Amino acid sequence: MSLFDHSIKELEEKLHNKEISVQDLVKASFDRIKEVDDEIQAFITLDEENAMKQAKELDESSEEKSLFGLPIGLKDNIVTKGLRTTSGSKILDNFNDPLYDAEVVEKLKEQKTITIGKLNMDEFAMGSGTEYSAYKKTKNPWDTDRVPGGSSGGSAAAVAAGEVMFALGSDTGGSIRQPAAFCGVVGMKPTYGRVSRFGLVAFASSLDQIGPITRTVEDNARVLEVIAGHDEKDSTSANLEVPEFTDALTNDVKGLKIAVPKEYLGEGVTQEVKDAVKAAVEKYESLGATCEEVSLPHSKYALSTYYILASAEASASLARFDGVRYGVRAENVEDMIDMYKRSRSEGFGEEVKRRIMLGTFALSSGYYDAYYKKAQKVRTLIKNDFEKIFEEYDVILGPTAPTTAFKLGEEINDPLTIYANDILTIPVNLAGVPAISVPCGVSSEGLPIGLQIIGKHFDEVNVYRVAHAFEQATDFHKQRPDIGGAAK
Amino acid sequence: MADNISKERVMHVADLARLHITDEEAEKLAEELQSIIKHAEQLTELDTTNVEPTTHVIHLENVMRKDEPRTDWITQEEALKNAPDHKDGQFRVPSILSE
Repeated sequence: MSLFDHSIKELEEKLHNKEISVQDLVKASFDRIKEVDDEIQAFITLDEENAMKQAKELDESSEEKSLFGLPIGLKDNIVTKGLRTTSGSKILDNFNDPLYDAEVVEKLKEQKTITIGKLNMDEFAMGSGTEYSAYKKTKNPWDTDRVPGGSSGGSAAAVAAGEVMFALGSDTGGSIRQPAAFCGVVGMKPTYGRVSRFGLVAFASSLDQIGPITRTVEDNARVLEVIAGHDEKDSTSANLEVPEFTDALTNDVKGLKIAVPKEYLGEGVTQEVKDAVKAAVEKYESLGATCEEVSLPHSKYALSTYYILASAEASASLARFDGVRYGVRAENVEDMIDMYKRSRSEGFGEEVKRRIMLGTFALSSGYYDAYYKKAQKVRTLIKNDFEKIFEEYDVILGPTAPTTAFKLGEEINDPLTIYANDILTIPVNLAGVPAISVPCGVSSEGLPIGLQIIGKHFDEVNVYRVAHAFEQATDFHKQRPDIGGAAK
Repeated sequence: MADNISKERVMHVADLARLHITDEEAEKLAEELQSIIKHAEQLTELDTTNVEPTTHVIHLENVMRKDEPRTDWITQEEALKNAPDHKDGQFRVPSILSE
């Protein structure tokens, strides 16, 4: 069997009717990995023996739960008890035996999902192409000369190539949505606080969120229903009831008001991406929604604001990697300070060091007010832009990324160019609102284009509703990359 | 407007960040930081006189809990098992004071 051919709901029915076993599912996952992952390189660590053992145990039980027995992948910055967790960094190369599971992993384990392995990512989630991984370069299943996007590139590629049923990623400035767009799959960044960050290796704690990457909107809503919710171990997690997101998938957008910011279809966005988004706007109008052009006037300041704030927070988050309690320690050091410096310099890659330096600079005496505090104030203006639009509109629509997937090695030499790839996703993290990317087109080069749907704080319900209606009215989510044998 | 970021400034920041960098790296970083900071200068266009800074997007009250030890979490032995070096139930590090 092929994981491609079914939704989560269909697999649950087949398991219920004993048409397939959990072992069939897990075997299908590893068969597909053996078929395509030499080329795709989505995984850093695989856990085959353990996964097969669990599958056998589940087949002997008669439990029925949402997501039961499904083979899944986790971005490698999500901590897994007893399973190596590197966060894409050499400094965690030997972190083979983490002591606890992230809260999202605990929740998935309660449902008896099966973790197939840990997925490649830009080191500490800093990047847009997964090229900054210390381990390998993941390829885009649609064109293996191109990046899968980043930083959750392994997660998006593994789902797009049919290696797992779904994956979790994390999104600080677009790291779920942009690779989902580049790989033609569905990626959701929930509202800040919707999902516990306990056990997520911190990059920028006021921006990070974990979210699902799936092949359909319905699958996505089902996964978020499981991983969302309050957690006393994350004091920033929201103490709110989690709605049944799947109830929102009614295919009805009549009377909804959709805002289309002119800044999201401006300079830097390719014509093909603009055309695909404009076609989506027309589709929504034909479905009975009202679409109007609006302005988010501070959008152009988002990139600078983000790089100051995210780097400043990262410089603090990454202070914990000191070669003392876990991770790699440099050898032949002179003293304590030398041990810190050499362990960190040898363990961190170039991009991570660049951001630590930028963040430390922005926080240093004499520069704090000019950069860090100023950026926090501009963040307020960006957040206010969104709140103003949401007084009148239900969701905001635009492209997820300004371009389709770029070629491996293409942009890596210039940090500012590569940062600009996140220009349409970053404002969402700064405002803390939820947003999804769904496939909305294929370029002349055969590469997927993503449509971004942004909602109000804690209104994932409407984001899913709007995404699902588009998906059901189009065929983009049914297209599969032509890789390996079974992908048709 | 910030002055040019000097190599010395970069060395100082690296020291604060507990990173060891070579002269060559410092020169390259000075250039790269300069270009990113120059881009960020655009923020000075905006009047933010009466704007409150956002440190956190969702309204949160102080989140309190009792400060109680939890024995069901991890043991001392477990806490040490990923450590590069440990001795007598403690993390071991190089000497802090020179002899």
